Amino acid sequence: MSGARFPILSLALRSILNRAGTALLTILTVAISVTLFLGVEKIRHGARASFENTISGVDLIVGARSSPVNLLLYSVFHIGDATNNITWESYQAVAGAPNVAWTVPVSLGDSHRGYRVVGTTPGYFEHYEYGSGRSLTFAEGASFADLFDAVVGAEVARELGYETGQEIVVAHGMGSVSFVEHDANPFTITGVLAPTGTPVDRSVFVTLEAIEAIHLEGSTGRGTALPADQLRAMDLAPEQITAFFVGLDTPVAALRLQRQVNTYPEEPLQAVIPGVALAQLWSVIGAAERTLAAVAAFVVLTGLVSILTAILTSLNERRREMAILRALGARPHHVFILLVAESALLALAGAVIGTGLTYAGLAGFSPLLEARFGILIPQLLPGLYDLAIVGLVTAAAAVLGAGPAWRAYRHSLADGMTIRV
Amino acid sequence: MIESAPALQIADLRFNYRHGDDVLAIARFDVRAGERLFLRGASGSGKSTLLGLIAGILSPQAGRIEVLGEDLTTMGAAKRDAFRAARLGVIFQMFNLLPYLPVGRNITLPCRFSPERARNAADAGGADAEARRLLDRLGLDPAEFWLKRSSALSVGQQQRVAAARALIGRPGLILADEPTSALDADSRDAFIDLLKEECAASGAALIFVSHDSSLADHFDRALDLSDLNTASVTA
Repeated sequence: MSGARFPILSLALRSILNRAGTALLTILTVAISVTLFLGVEKIRHGARASFENTISGVDLIVGARSSPVNLLLYSVFHIGDATNNITWESYQAVAGAPNVAWTVPVSLGDSHRGYRVVGTTPGYFEHYEYGSGRSLTFAEGASFADLFDAVVGAEVARELGYETGQEIVVAHGMGSVSFVEHDANPFTITGVLAPTGTPVDRSVFVTLEAIEAIHLEGSTGRGTALPADQLRAMDLAPEQITAFFVGLDTPVAALRLQRQVNTYPEEPLQAVIPGVALAQLWSVIGAAERTLAAVAAFVVLTGLVSILTAILTSLNERRREMAILRALGARPHHVFILLVAESALLALAGAVIGTGLTYAGLAGFSPLLEARFGILIPQLLPGLYDLAIVGLVTAAAAVLGAGPAWRAYRHSLADGMTIRV
Repeated sequence: MIESAPALQIADLRFNYRHGDDVLAIARFDVRAGERLFLRGASGSGKSTLLGLIAGILSPQAGRIEVLGEDLTTMGAAKRDAFRAARLGVIFQMFNLLPYLPVGRNITLPCRFSPERARNAADAGGADAEARRLLDRLGLDPAEFWLKRSSALSVGQQQRVAAARALIGRPGLILADEPTSALDADSRDAFIDLLKEECAASGAALIFVSHDSSLADHFDRALDLSDLNTASVTA
């Protein structure tokens, strides 16, 4: 039967090519909308994965008892303040527990021109990991060698123009304009960290002992007048720290140690597993990300509607084309299929181009995304998900195209071979 | 041989749209195989309806329509569409060509729709060769026109391309609906002569419908639709 051989696809293709100008614009609209959608999706997933890997080498974070998210916020993100400090004795007790491979204490509370100062040990640079097990590296210099040495994060160095060898002064409390500066004890920058895209970039690291030293004469003083040699000879082990990170020999020990810490009788402590707390936190701030995805989806819908517009506006002038096709033996449903096929072909072309653009863009910009925003795009080649999106966009266009196609079908039935001009 | 069957036999035909009054009532209307018939019909005389019925796009309420020996009224819509693709050539008043296909592909289109037309063209040396031959016969140099955009052609050239398309693959009956009304007098006569010649060469019957009775002399026989149609209402 001739109907089965009706060369619909080739006609649809020719018809599109004939209107190359409009078709190209329509395809471009779809391509851009698909690019936007896939781009948002990729960066969204990348951001989520990167966020949940803000800190990855650490099995437990221990601090004073509050809420897990709160502990995470102040100890890792340096947002807000600790409700309480914890004693050095408690720290020592947990550090000495079985299966504990290492601990890194942090002491917070001071700042430098708006950036948090973290008092810690050189172990911080060894054990802190982010992303999928990436360690901190020095872009310049090295870790602390002396009491009043400092290491700055990448953003601090970039924004304030710091290099190794420069002297800086830390201030008490937070805020870029502080009234109490510990200017009696300036620090020397010995190292600048490479960008990580984590809060590490926005931190200034000093030794735990130095934090103790500059507060020797009361926490609101300008520092200590004691000479550095004498300070070095002193036991500057702190009485209190803000929190500490714990690494275990085996991750399966995490739950048991967490329970032990949470029920520690001497002091109300709290241990959180970073991944769990990060996922909790993301569920709060992830709402914005979901909104973005919804907006991107609507942009794709706009792209599809532009196909509809292009086909609807051409429908009247194409009425006589339908009469010719009918005269040549086309069945009315062929007219329907022709228009649905055109709609689907336009969307397919747009979606494929959009996917290509997305991955070309990601390939081009992923180093920048990683360096500046710490967003690691996990997959740089189109996958099943993208294939599904292309299919979905094409199918949606076919469904939308059914509207004008139905109109053409009705026309075709009514007009028959009569050419309406 | 099926071509020796009469091109058209209509008996006791009655047709109306949506159960209104009859717009067509024809007791008898025959066209012999290979006959070239002039059918005069003013606009509103029901000629578009009649052509729709002969082409199998419309289906009558009563009566019989036999085209090239086959009864359309016993066929379903799909079969009539296939029959039209295989056995009929249609030429409209204007806008005959698909604007997005070049001349050559417009002419060979029926061969892609109907295996029978493709076979007939293949017997004559292939669809492309046959299309070129027809184009040449109709006075358009294939070398110049084959790849031309249909929209770049004059109306007269378009009508000749349409004639070539109607004739390719040897259909038994050509329906021409006012094909010359957009042409000037000289090209009109030339077009009719070419069409007649090619119908004769391929053995196709021709039903040429026009409101212009001055063209009647070109044809074997002339009829007036208003004499055939006894329905009182005009469509």
